[in-house]
Amino acid sequence: MSVTSRRLRTYAAAALVAGLALSSTACSKSDDSDSGEGGTVTVTLQYFGTPGLKEAAEKFNSTHTDIKIDAQNMGELKDFDPKLTQWIATGQGAGDIVMLEEGNLQKFLLEPKGFANLFDLGGKDLKDTFLPYKWEGGQTADKKKLVGLGTDIGGLAMCYRKDLFQKAGFPTERDKVSALWSDWAQWAAKGEEFKAKNTGAAWIDSATSVMQPYIMQKSDTWFYSKDNKFIGDSNPIVKQAWDFGLGLSDKGLTAKLVRWNPDWDAAFKKASFATLPCPAWMTGVISGRAGAEAKGQWDVATIPGGSGNWGGSYLAIPEQSKKKKQAFEALKWITGKEGGLEAYKAAGAMPSNVAALDDPAFKDSKNEYMNNAPTGQIFGASAKALKPIHLGPQHQNLWEKVFEPQMQAAESGKSTSAAAWAKAVEDGKKLAAG
Amino acid sequence: MTTAGISTGRGSKFKLTKLDMKYSPYLYIAPFFILFGAFGLFPLIYTGYVSTRKWTLVGGDKGFVGLDNYTELFGDEKFWNAMFVTFGLFLVGTIPQLLLALLLASWLNKKMKFRTALRMGILLPNITSVAAVGIVFGFIFADRFGLANWGLDLIGIDPVSWRQHRWSSWLAISTMVNWRWIGYNALIYLAAMQAIPKDLYESASIDGASPTRQFWRITVPLIQPTILFTVIISTIGGMQLFTEPLMFNYGQLNGGSLGEFQTISMYIYQQTFELGTRYGYGAAMSWTLFILIMLFAGINFAMVRRSVKGSTT
Repeated sequence: MSVTSRRLRTYAAAALVAGLALSSTACSKSDDSDSGEGGTVTVTLQYFGTPGLKEAAEKFNSTHTDIKIDAQNMGELKDFDPKLTQWIATGQGAGDIVMLEEGNLQKFLLEPKGFANLFDLGGKDLKDTFLPYKWEGGQTADKKKLVGLGTDIGGLAMCYRKDLFQKAGFPTERDKVSALWSDWAQWAAKGEEFKAKNTGAAWIDSATSVMQPYIMQKSDTWFYSKDNKFIGDSNPIVKQAWDFGLGLSDKGLTAKLVRWNPDWDAAFKKASFATLPCPAWMTGVISGRAGAEAKGQWDVATIPGGSGNWGGSYLAIPEQSKKKKQAFEALKWITGKEGGLEAYKAAGAMPSNVAALDDPAFKDSKNEYMNNAPTGQIFGASAKALKPIHLGPQHQNLWEKVFEPQMQAAESGKSTSAAAWAKAVEDGKKLAAG
Repeated sequence: MTTAGISTGRGSKFKLTKLDMKYSPYLYIAPFFILFGAFGLFPLIYTGYVSTRKWTLVGGDKGFVGLDNYTELFGDEKFWNAMFVTFGLFLVGTIPQLLLALLLASWLNKKMKFRTALRMGILLPNITSVAAVGIVFGFIFADRFGLANWGLDLIGIDPVSWRQHRWSSWLAISTMVNWRWIGYNALIYLAAMQAIPKDLYESASIDGASPTRQFWRITVPLIQPTILFTVIISTIGGMQLFTEPLMFNYGQLNGGSLGEFQTISMYIYQQTFELGTRYGYGAAMSWTLFILIMLFAGINFAMVRRSVKGSTT
């Protein structure tokens, strides 16, 4: 055997070992870290995504001496949720404070025994400091247990692309744009006008984008009645929103994209659609995808119907925590005015705390990327106008895994609206029955 | 130790040595079996137990339900869809994969320059992280701005919505699977081919057999055990296909809006951990999959053995 081939073999072996090491994933969990020094209690806070909670926790730590928050990033929601569900079920592993997404909170509201009742820890007095729908959203159906306190919300606006509006001969100034549509029918009519101008772009990214704002504005229920019976098939608003959305794609107003896919990302760069229902956090999504060259091209107008919410999270204390009292103190601060403003400053997460929403630091804030739109004012107004809606245990899955894919199938022409609806209802019933 | 044993108290030490000879091997292999018992066999049996119960993660164990989970399974059209996808992907993925690997191995078995480098090169896709492969192929097969559609556009073919049809998604996923596994299988075949005595080929050449004939009549029959091994391994891998279709769909478990490429593993995972966290139902599916893999691997084994034997006579 020659020297070169022997050396090559060594390299191959090294590469193999490296490959194996890379493909094997290690997972470790931090143990309870109790720092006893000076009477300081450390509580752990597990969060997902980039909600600005780490920065809020840092601020808390710099102003508090008796309690410290150890903020731990648990990755994305879809990675964190199964783990948390497991930890709650088995009674160990969860932090002292955990972040719950609005949709994923629902299943815990149905089986709330894994979480501490915040009413008992002093949560009763906080009622008026939160937006009503966010306050109610954290409680069980019988209103006896408060599982979570609200952190961020996604007040809704309508983002639009100025250059495309100009091309179509539409006004581009945000107040005039807002005046184009007071409701969804007017907005859709504008879409047909827009299409007639042949700008090469669609009016909206997809048929499913309008579902959330449309239903939340017009109804206090969606897939579930208030006693948690599945009514996705009989609740008129669901079918109405479905038909409205697919009606848009029938008229050729949608770009038929699937949210979060690379094609959707790329469509921002190519200016493939002119409007997009925009929760507060979406402005960050847009600037990240459309990039620096589109700075100032996107602007923010009011949403048809005037109010809305899309997404948002809560903080809760697992029953298994041994430091509930301290955890509640920390939680109260983080979901309070200062914590909310800190998270807004760091990550643009819009607070659900009323005092924070009224604070100039939020209210007068502008979004530089979105043509200096007064986002604090626009999003704040939409959030305050929103009435509570009851979502129910499997809401998130019913929408994202059952109804939305079927709607996408109908939009892409693989299925008809009627067939997709029948299938969605059938699967939805099954899922809700569990 | 043994020599010292002989010099002193002969009888008892001799006995120890005998015990050592007899039982040490069991001790040496024990760690594997203990680990396998803890992380392989126990979960397997426990899954069987869970499959007879109504058990959700959030709601907890709601008691014994007999074969209800299995009965539900047979009426669940999504389960059958996932079965169809899994077997379909196995057929369009694995058969070309093994044939190509066989051809590749026979080429690499020839005398050529940079032989070792080339032989190692074909293994490179296999040591790349599957997630990285999935992400890159996800971009290649992006609907609107992907490399594959760009290429099709160049030769005047309309762009394909890769995730919208069965055929296109299967094509993309099996490309991904083949990319990773052809080299691995080729290398295994190559190792087997090198054990074939050269004089067989020499005498065949003298008798006037063409290279193709030599390949089918000498190479393939003589590496039959290796082919069987790869068939079993790829059957098991194919039945458990998960990461590639998952990454292809950007991490979504539904495998296309109508489940066009949702494999059985994806469906099990979705039912167990995502939708309703139904442990009992997921466990019933896992067991069904386990039995099917054994059956299917057995059938493949029998079929390949017969056909390869057939080619020798």
